[in-house]
Amino acid sequence: MLAFLVRRIAVIIPTVFFVSILIFGLQQLLPGDPALAMAGEDRDPKLIEFLRQKYHLDQPLPIQYFLWIGGVLHGDLGESIRIQKPVFELVLEKLPVTMQLACMAIIIALSIGITMGIISAVTKDSPWDYAANVIALWGLSTPNFWLGIMLILLFSVELGWLPASGYVSPFENFGESFRTMIMPAFVLGNAIAAVMMRHTRSAMLLVLSADYVRTARSKGLSERRVVLRHGLRNALIPVITLGALEFGQLLSGAVLTEQVFTIPGFGKLIVDAVFNRDYAVVQGVVLITATTYILLNLLADIAYFLVNPRMRA
Amino acid sequence: MTVATLAAEKALDQVSELRPTERVIDRLLRRKGAVFGGAVLLIFILTAIFAPLIAPYDPTATNWLAVRKPPSDLYLLGTDEIGRDVLSRVIWGARASLLAGVTSVAIALALGLPIGLVAGYKGGWVDGLLMRMTDAMLACPFLILAIALAAFLGPSLTNAMIAIGISAMPIFIRLTRAQVLSVKVEDYIEAARAAGNPHLRIALRHVLPNVVTPIMVQATLTIAAAIIAEASLSFLGLGQQPPAPSWGSMLNVAKNYLHQAPWMAMWPGLAIFTCVLSFNLLGDGLRDALDPRQK
Repeated sequence: MLAFLVRRIAVIIPTVFFVSILIFGLQQLLPGDPALAMAGEDRDPKLIEFLRQKYHLDQPLPIQYFLWIGGVLHGDLGESIRIQKPVFELVLEKLPVTMQLACMAIIIALSIGITMGIISAVTKDSPWDYAANVIALWGLSTPNFWLGIMLILLFSVELGWLPASGYVSPFENFGESFRTMIMPAFVLGNAIAAVMMRHTRSAMLLVLSADYVRTARSKGLSERRVVLRHGLRNALIPVITLGALEFGQLLSGAVLTEQVFTIPGFGKLIVDAVFNRDYAVVQGVVLITATTYILLNLLADIAYFLVNPRMRA
Repeated sequence: MTVATLAAEKALDQVSELRPTERVIDRLLRRKGAVFGGAVLLIFILTAIFAPLIAPYDPTATNWLAVRKPPSDLYLLGTDEIGRDVLSRVIWGARASLLAGVTSVAIALALGLPIGLVAGYKGGWVDGLLMRMTDAMLACPFLILAIALAAFLGPSLTNAMIAIGISAMPIFIRLTRAQVLSVKVEDYIEAARAAGNPHLRIALRHVLPNVVTPIMVQATLTIAAAIIAEASLSFLGLGQQPPAPSWGSMLNVAKNYLHQAPWMAMWPGLAIFTCVLSFNLLGDGLRDALDPRQK
């Protein structure tokens, strides 16, 4: 286990280093003087000079990088020019909202995706299997911002059942929070459900043709017990680890979903920052998402290592 | 042996007599989903090419007397908030979406294929270094990286295409490298090396043609993702800029008029969905047709 961990961490360190170079490099894409671009339309000479000094733009690039990464390692991701708050603080403020949306979306994605994957695998080549595949293809091809708009049209504008936008904290009013978040969570979970369905189907098909499942059947166990106890339990191992890799899609989807439903989360933070030319926030958000993704990958690998005895051999 | 079995065997014999390319086309044409996807895609491509001839109105011409008019004989899909014909804008929007999808993937291929080829063929520290850089790019979620790049490059369709292309590049680096790793140990590569061919010639003449097929399948599927990404960036205001039509930017405006003009949101979204679905169907069909395990 220790050797495995050391090997994985040895790969992670250079990856994180290149992530930091990539994110720092984004600033160099700004056309012309970065300080001018950051200052926006006002072009106040004092502000430009302040920005140049604050971000060490008068220093050579390698020095700028080391000063920036030094700050990042001490938890200083810079400061939002518009909101006048540290980026880290802003992210921490918005994170719970996106976490709630993501958790609800994952629950929806797992429930729909795994159930459909099992049905599809067990009834392979039947109309049920085709129907499940068509639904998965529909999920993969529907842009979630359009699905969101269509659901608002149906459930908010036409039927008036659910609120079209906004956010209520579950600690304030749990019922209202659920009502506000269920539509965005479904929109976000929809595409991931399609991916999970495909993973579950192929994993189940592989497991159901394994020798130990044949043995379980020949012992006279009911089909339900064979599928759920012997099939699903083993098929879920790769499905859950692959599910962790969907985190990126979840965050990308959250950006659009939060925009459609006006939810004040992580995704809305980056979009607002883009339009406010708040580049430190953009860099901070990308850095945090990338680092979280790398850590989740590591956790998924460790989980796979722990549950799969063949990897420990 | 029944007549049906004999007929099936005869058909199989005929298929096995075909050349590899013909066999793939034959397999592809047997897949109804892929044929449907290809046909719909052809309609989209023709629509994009002949947009000036098909569109009933100028897509940017405003008409203050026809603001938010529902679908009618005069305006088949209705009009938008400043009286522009929705049908004409959806037709012209096909150009932006297809152009963005194909160009972004071309950028991703142009950068990713050579890097993957070098990483897989050279191996050693070059491979290690290139792979860690690729991992770093893969760690940034596709759309978030595209948003960040588009934000720093400035909002425009060209920059959106560059941003999507760069964000999609790591997939092609990884795939090309994996293919090269499996091909470079083949006997014919060893033979080419023994014959004294230089590395560049081996990589380009002997390795590259043998790794292209799965990359083309991935490219088809990535075009679908790139079209959604372009629509997403335009929806956020980072892609095609007004008044030029694009499906994503049309949806961005439409979401503000859901009560008054729901048709504004219906058609551009349906166009994205149908176009992406056709690419996915064609990509899935191509993957199955090229899979040697499939008969």
